[in-house]
Amino acid sequence: MFKIVKKESLNPTVTRMWIEAPRVAKKAQAGQFIILRVDEQGERMPLTVADCDPTAGTVSVIFQIVGATTQKLNALNEGDCLQDFVGPLGRATETEGLKKVAVVGGGVGCAIAYPVAKKLYGQGCEVHAIVGFRNRDLVILEEAFRAVSHRYELMSDDGSAGKKGLVTDALKALIESGEQYDEVIAIGPLIMMKFVSALTKEYGIKTIVSMNPVMIDGTGMCGGCRLSVGGEVKFACVDGPEFDGHLVDFDEAMERAAMYRDTERHAYEDTCNLLKKGDEAHG
Amino acid sequence: MANMSPKKAVMPHQPAEVRNKNFDEVALGYTAQIAKEEAERCLDCRHKPCVDGCPVRIDIPRFIKQIREGDEERAYRILSLSTSLPAVCGRVCPQESQCEQRCVRGLKGEPVAIGRLERYVADRHNEKAKVWPDPIASNGHKVAIIGSGPSGLSCAGDLARMGYEVTIFEALHTPGGVLVYGIPEFRLPKAIVEKEIKGLTALGVKIETNSVVGKLISVDELFEEGFEAVYIATGAGLPRFMNIPGENLKGVYSANEFLTRINLMKAYLPDSDTPLRPAKHVAVVGGGNVAMDAARCAKRLGAEVTVVYRRGLEEMPARKEEIDHAMEEGIVFKTLCNPTEILGDEHKNVMGMTCVEMELGQPDESGRRRPVVKEGSEFTLEVDAVIMSIGTSPNPLIRTTTPGLDTDRRGCIITDRRGQTSREGVFAGGDAVSGAATVILAMGAGKTAAAAIHEYIQSK
Ligand SMILES: Cc1cc2nc3c(=O)[nH]c(=O)nc-3n(C[C@H](O)[C@H](O)[C@H](O)COP(=O)(O)OP(=O)(O)OC[C@H]3O[C@@H](n4cnc5c(N)ncnc54)[C@H](O)[C@@H]3O)c2cc1C
Ligand code: FES
Repeated sequence: MFKIVKKESLNPTVTRMWIEAPRVAKKAQAGQFIILRVDEQGERMPLTVADCDPTAGTVSVIFQIVGATTQKLNALNEGDCLQDFVGPLGRATETEGLKKVAVVGGGVGCAIAYPVAKKLYGQGCEVHAIVGFRNRDLVILEEAFRAVSHRYELMSDDGSAGKKGLVTDALKALIESGEQYDEVIAIGPLIMMKFVSALTKEYGIKTIVSMNPVMIDGTGMCGGCRLSVGGEVKFACVDGPEFDGHLVDFDEAMERAAMYRDTERHAYEDTCNLLKKGDEAHG
Repeated sequence: MANMSPKKAVMPHQPAEVRNKNFDEVALGYTAQIAKEEAERCLDCRHKPCVDGCPVRIDIPRFIKQIREGDEERAYRILSLSTSLPAVCGRVCPQESQCEQRCVRGLKGEPVAIGRLERYVADRHNEKAKVWPDPIASNGHKVAIIGSGPSGLSCAGDLARMGYEVTIFEALHTPGGVLVYGIPEFRLPKAIVEKEIKGLTALGVKIETNSVVGKLISVDELFEEGFEAVYIATGAGLPRFMNIPGENLKGVYSANEFLTRINLMKAYLPDSDTPLRPAKHVAVVGGGNVAMDAARCAKRLGAEVTVVYRRGLEEMPARKEEIDHAMEEGIVFKTLCNPTEILGDEHKNVMGMTCVEMELGQPDESGRRRPVVKEGSEFTLEVDAVIMSIGTSPNPLIRTTTPGLDTDRRGCIITDRRGQTSREGVFAGGDAVSGAATVILAMGAGKTAAAAIHEYIQSK
C-alpha cells in the first residue's frame, strides 16, 4: 500500500498528490511515468511523475478529474493509501546538450512540462515557458514555472489570464522575433501538440511531444498503448512516452484516445455530474 | 485385472451451451470413483514410456498406482518430487504430445488420462491441505527472482525449501504471470494459483509486486543489495502484430491486452473499473492456446467468434482439448485463411477484415508444408473487433539494462542446460529463454535452475 502524504487542489479540476514510494522516488526522472490503482477493483492508470523528493521518499503526481478513476482518486485524502503504485516507467526526457529550449504546456499538461523545465533550467539551459489555459481559474503552477524559466508566457483562450490566444500564437511570435531554439518540448492535449508540431515543422525546429495513450501494464506486454510514429508502430510505455512530434500520427492517436470514452463516460456520469467541463480534448 | 476399456473415463464437463456464457471452470474433475476406474487402465509398464514423454520425468505409473491403492497423499508426494504445480499442469499441459502420446494404451484406443489423474490427485490434496507449511530456517543466503510466472514460482519454492531467503520481484500488481493474466478462469481457476502462491509465502518467500526490474532496480543493483544469485523468469514478452494496414484501428487488440483486461483486471465483472469495448463479431487471428483462450473469452462476452488460421486444423499448435472445447462452444474456424487488411469506418472503428485463402505448398525448413496464397480468393469477414494472437518477441528491458548478458538473434537470453547465463550468478529460464513455450517447461527450468543456484552458492 502506498500512502498519500499530501494532497492539494491546484484548481477546481486539478489535484496534486504526494505519494510515499521511496524506491520510485530514488529512480524517477523527468519525463517518466507511474501506473497506479486506487483500490482492488481499480483500473491501472498511468500518470506522469510531476516531481519527486528522494530524501523524503515521495513522488508527486498531478491529475485532472476527467473520469471515474480520477474521480475515485480525488476522493482519497492525506493518510489514505493507494492499492498499487508502480514505476518509474518509460524513458526519461533527453536533455543533454540542450542550450535553449521552448517548453510548451497546455492545461494539466503543464504538470508534466514542469519537471522537464526544471531539469533543463537546472543544467543551465535557457528555458522559455509558454503555457496555455482556458481561463484564469484553471491556471496551475505559475510560481513554479516562473522559478525555472527565463521567460514565461501565459496564454488563455478568453484573455482572463496573461495574453489572449493559443500557445501556438505565442510560440510563433517568439520564433518570428528571432529566438532560436535547439528544441521545442510540447506537452498538453493531443490537439495542442499536433498544432505545435505543425508550426515548428515549418521552421524546421526539432519538437518532442509526450504521449499518454490508454495503457495497462506499462512494460510492453499488452501493446494497448501503440501509436504510429514515422510509419512504424511504437509502444508508448517502453519506446516513449516522448516522441518526435513531426513523426507522430496525431489523428490516429486522437481516435485511439477516444477508444473507451463511451464506456468510461458512462461509468463516470453514473457517479458524478461535477465536471461537465472536464473536456480532455481541450486544455 | 486392468480396466481394458479403449476409452478414457469421461471427464464431467459443464454443458457447452451453458459454459459458453459463464467464466466457471469447464472441466469439473474426476470423482474418486472415476479416478480409480481410470487408474485401472494403466498397465504399469516396466519400461515406462510415458515418463520419457514428460518434460520433468514424473514417475507416472507409480503415482497412478497409488490412486489404484487409494493412497492419494502418497500419489501427491510422488508428483511433488518432480513438479511444483501439479494442479496447474494437470489442467494445462499438452498431454497429447507428451506423456499420453507415448502411452501403450494409445496404440489401440485412447491413452490413459494421465493429465486428468494428475489434476485429481492435486485437487484432493489441496482440498485437504488446510495448514500451510512452516517457514524453513534460513541458511543466510539471499536469492532474487525476477518474474512470478510458473518458472519463477517453482524456482522460488525449491530454493526456499533448501533454506534460501528468496525475494520475487514482479512487475504487475498480482503474482502468477501468465497463470493469472493469460490463462482464463474457466480453464485454470485463479484460486488454484493463489493457493500455490500462499504456500510459497508461508515458506518464507517474499513477493514484491509493482517492481519492474530494469526500471525500479537493475540486476546489478540487486547484487549490491546483497542477493548472491538472480534468476530471470520474465516470460515471453511483447506481442507481435502482422504489420498489415488497419492494425491500429479501434477494436484491434493483442491477445495479451484482451486477456489481461479480462483475466487480470476482471473487466467482465460489473464492479471492475477496467473498460471493455462491446463487440458483436470478433475475429481471432492465430492457432495457439492463446488464440483459443481469447476466442473462448470473447464468446463468453456474447460475441460471435471466428478463428482465422493460415495453416490447417491439423497444424494448429493449441492443445487438442482446447480446440475441441472451442468448437463445442460454437466458435467458427476458418483455417487456411490469412488476413491482409483490417477495414475501418470514418471514426477508425473496425468494421471488417479482408482475408485470402491459402493452400499448402512445398514443405519449408521446418518440414511443415508452407501455406501459399490462392489466387483471387480474397473475401471480407464482417467483424467489429480483431484479436491478434500470432506470438511474442522478448522484452528488451532486462537485456538492455544488464551489461554482459548475452541474448540470441531473437533477443532470448542464452543459457546452458542448467540455466546459467553469460553473467556469473545470473541464471534464467522459462519463456524468457525458450520463447513462448509451456507451463511445464517453464516450471522444469525453474527447478533445474534452483539446483544450479544452490550448487553455485555452496561452491563460492
Ligand atoms: C493465454 C495463454 C495460454 C496459455 N496456455 C497454455 C497451456 O494451456 N498449456 C501450457 O503448457 N502453456 C500455456 N501457455 C504458455 C505458458 O503460460 C508459458 O509458457 C508460461 O507461463 C511461461 O512461464 P514463465 O514463468 O517463463 O513466464 P510468465 O508466466 O510469462 O511470467 C513472467 C512474469 O514476469 C514478469 N516480468 C516480466 N518482466 C519483468 C521485469 N522486468 N521485472 C519484474 N517482473 C517482470 C511478468 O509480469 C510475469 O508475471 C499459455 C500462454 C498464454 C499467454
Ligand atoms: S501499456 Fe501495455 S504495452 Fe504499453
